[in-house]
Amino acid sequence: MSHPVPRDPDGALRAERIALVDLLDRVLAGGVVISGEIRLSVADVDLVQISLQALIASVSTGLGELGD
Amino acid sequence: MTEPHAVWGYAVTARLSPDRLAGLSGVAGPPVRTVAAAGLTAAVSTVSLAEFGEQPLRRRLEDLAWLEATARAHHQVIDALPGPAIPLRLATIYRDDASLAGLLAQRQAELAAGLRQVTERAEWGVKLFAAERPAVADAPERAGAGPGLSYLRRRGHQLSAAEQARQADAVLAEQVHAELRGMAAAAQLRPAQAAELTGEPRTAMLLNAAYLVDDGTAARFAAAVRELGRRHRTRIELTGPWPPYSFALPGTGP
Repeated sequence: MSHPVPRDPDGALRAERIALVDLLDRVLAGGVVISGEIRLSVADVDLVQISLQALIASVSTGLGELGD
Repeated sequence: MTEPHAVWGYAVTARLSPDRLAGLSGVAGPPVRTVAAAGLTAAVSTVSLAEFGEQPLRRRLEDLAWLEATARAHHQVIDALPGPAIPLRLATIYRDDASLAGLLAQRQAELAAGLRQVTERAEWGVKLFAAERPAVADAPERAGAGPGLSYLRRRGHQLSAAEQARQADAVLAEQVHAELRGMAAAAQLRPAQAAELTGEPRTAMLLNAAYLVDDGTAARFAAAVRELGRRHRTRIELTGPWPPYSFALPGTGP
């Protein structure tokens, strides 16, 4: 499989950022959780929210640098 | 062992020779290896509890740079696995190989069915954005109408234009989803992403969907997405192929 990045030759940085949003959307909310008592931990939603807030800030900065 | 370790899980596949994973390294560097049980194989790597124990992990998940590196490493391993794979959610960590092997055996039937569902299929992401619309023009004046009636007509015209736009967006999202779902083995609607995250802060995301598509249909599916964008003169974005994150187990379909 190739990298699932939107093809956007004029905005490689932006495409990479956007792909990160799509990736986090999937790895944090998707995938199977095979859990039992022996599972130590799994990313929980509250932490993800915090990270997404940080991501919003970083994307805004990135777009500002691109003059968008 | 000199320091306490745990086991990071990437994905579950059918029987898989450990040789097929040679050269693959996972989160935090150590090589990816296999844990086999009940005809299934989990791709895993060893992680240090000092970094990946529950408390340190909680702290690190809030660090975006760490989260990005870890998410990409997790994804790269899953993406590199030969054959169908059921991804595990990020940061699913087990005490040791034996406990994971026990869980594989315990959920063997469900996992085997999940693998059958994703065989020779991949996940594709589709995001549909609202078209940018010009501001609503006033209704044309009609000769003979008094000022009160003119006002009501103007106001009604504006309100109905906004309502019509909203309804048109909903109908468009429904049409696009119905057409693409018809070409997919399964579909999953995801919450629309915040406008700040999409790089398109001025246009609302109308649809954020994932489709599980047969590999043989993928080219036709991609062409259909492009055609929908052209036909409806709107921005529609296709990403993939992804491992089947949104279709990890049966029952996650439509």
